[in-house]
Amino acid sequence: MQTETTLAVSCRGVTKTYTSGTTRTHALRGVDLDVFPNELLMLVGPSGCGKTTLISVIAGILDQDEGEAIVFGRDFKAMGQREKTKWRGVHIGFVFQAFNLLPSLNARENVAVPLLILGENRKNALERAQAVLAEVGLGDRGDSLPAQLSGGQQQRVAIGRALVHGPRLIVCDEPTSSLDHETGRTVIELLRKTAVAEGRALVIVTHDTRIFSYADRIARMDDGRITRIEMNGASS
Amino acid sequence: MIFVALKMLMGDRAKYIGIIIGLTFASLLITQQASVFVGLMTRTFAAITDLGQADIWVMDPKVQFVDDVKPLSDTKLFLVRGVAGVQWAVPLYKGLLKARLENGNFQTCNVLGLDDATLVGGPPKMVEGKLEDLHRAEAVIIDVNGARGKLARPPTVEGGERTPLRIGDTLELNDHRAVVVGLCEVTRTFQSQPTVYTTYSRATQFAPKERRLLSFILVKPKPDEDPAALCTRIQAQTGLLAITRPDFQWTTVKYYMKYTGIPINFGIAVLLGFLVGTVIAGQTFYNFTLDNLKQFGALKAMGASNLTLLRMILVQALTAGSIGYGLGVGLASLFGRAVRGSELAFRMMPQILWISAGAVAFICALSAVLSIRKVMKLEPAIVFKS
Repeated sequence: MQTETTLAVSCRGVTKTYTSGTTRTHALRGVDLDVFPNELLMLVGPSGCGKTTLISVIAGILDQDEGEAIVFGRDFKAMGQREKTKWRGVHIGFVFQAFNLLPSLNARENVAVPLLILGENRKNALERAQAVLAEVGLGDRGDSLPAQLSGGQQQRVAIGRALVHGPRLIVCDEPTSSLDHETGRTVIELLRKTAVAEGRALVIVTHDTRIFSYADRIARMDDGRITRIEMNGASS
Repeated sequence: MIFVALKMLMGDRAKYIGIIIGLTFASLLITQQASVFVGLMTRTFAAITDLGQADIWVMDPKVQFVDDVKPLSDTKLFLVRGVAGVQWAVPLYKGLLKARLENGNFQTCNVLGLDDATLVGGPPKMVEGKLEDLHRAEAVIIDVNGARGKLARPPTVEGGERTPLRIGDTLELNDHRAVVVGLCEVTRTFQSQPTVYTTYSRATQFAPKERRLLSFILVKPKPDEDPAALCTRIQAQTGLLAITRPDFQWTTVKYYMKYTGIPINFGIAVLLGFLVGTVIAGQTFYNFTLDNLKQFGALKAMGASNLTLLRMILVQALTAGSIGYGLGVGLASLFGRAVRGSELAFRMMPQILWISAGAVAFICALSAVLSIRKVMKLEPAIVFKS
């Protein structure tokens, strides 16, 4: 059994409310969730149930109102903004639904961005990025701009970017929803194969039922709460 | 991340070109209009510039600028010569006289009558002939632009070319015969009239008969004599106005600035260039940042600090500003080169380059500040909004 100290992510009683004018929207209503190292956890549920808010809190890019969110033993609430930003840069990788690649940078340069943010020199960063591109099967497309790549290829570049600096947690927001079935399957297989390793945890927000079988566990959310957590027998 | 910032800036070609065009336009207009203005102002004191041997100009106290001649009696020259510290003092006639052209037309000329003995105050550069030739009977020296332009002889056949005045040619100055003995180069004047040099005594013969004809007294202080102190002494002893050459130049400029609409007109043009440049470049740069907001958000999510993003935006603004400024100043220089020696005034001083650089820097800083505020306040969670 996992102990508290070996958890990748531990959320206890996390709440988040958005206020717009006089309207208050309770996005998270006391979420308890654990994510273990070497685990691929999928957060699923209807639109507006709070999935994206929860991974934003887990990734340290959104502050919860109440409760505790601890990632690899670090409590974001106890960190200052600068420290949190730096910690995020070192320990967290991101894969976005819309890829969010910089359009004027080629694939290799896009993959190198997290290393450049961490202060790595350009030559080393680009060399490392090229190696990671090869790992995600795009070794020959390093010079291509995002516009010259298919959706699947762009998402693979984004995965390379999430992996390049060796983060301990990778958060993915709908990584396959912009892709066709076959490409989506390739992308999730790649994530499964390359991302879940060496104590790393992977949290994926998705609507895509076709990829549920790749999860170790599936956390179902509704109305700002985790309603059920299922072990996935089909996962490897 | 500077490399990423530059790639982002130059990757969006349309916006990049828009920003550069805006800054180039602002820089060009500010530099070019300011240079034309300074060129025009420089021409207002062209006569003072060309008469460089005199450090002090002495004149009637009511004189407001170099073309505002209020004649003195010849005896004033001796009074000035008697002031301690004066190495030499010579008379200068300066007046506008009409030259009658061969086709019967008249052309107003700026006539300078130099001291007969020393010819102090002669043209800065002789093109043909010698200054000493002014000692010959009826002799005048004419500036080449005047000789080729306004004083040139009309074409002998219809549609033909005008013939420039040459040495040996004659012209009538206020009904007096004058013989061209030399051609010279002078600084173009504000009114762009031909300049005619002759001796003081001959100039007073050419000029309409008046009791007083001495326009200015040119003074050279003795070595080690402070010009400003000598001016004070001359004023005290003669009751005349004595000012140093730079002060007289500045007095002339101030007169034109105060009593003509020139500074306002040029000021408006410079301001328009600044405003249009600010609007085009500032708005495009701001839009560029807005369009890239999600990319900045992604960088922020991935661990880029506000300081890093600030540096990126500043590098982008600085790069665009430097390129736009360089192109604008370069184009203004080409303009200046193209109009060199023509009627158009143009003088690009280092101060103008600094002012233009300051204006472009201000535009860039303003654009960057607007953009930076947006990026600083950006929530990285924006990246999860599809």
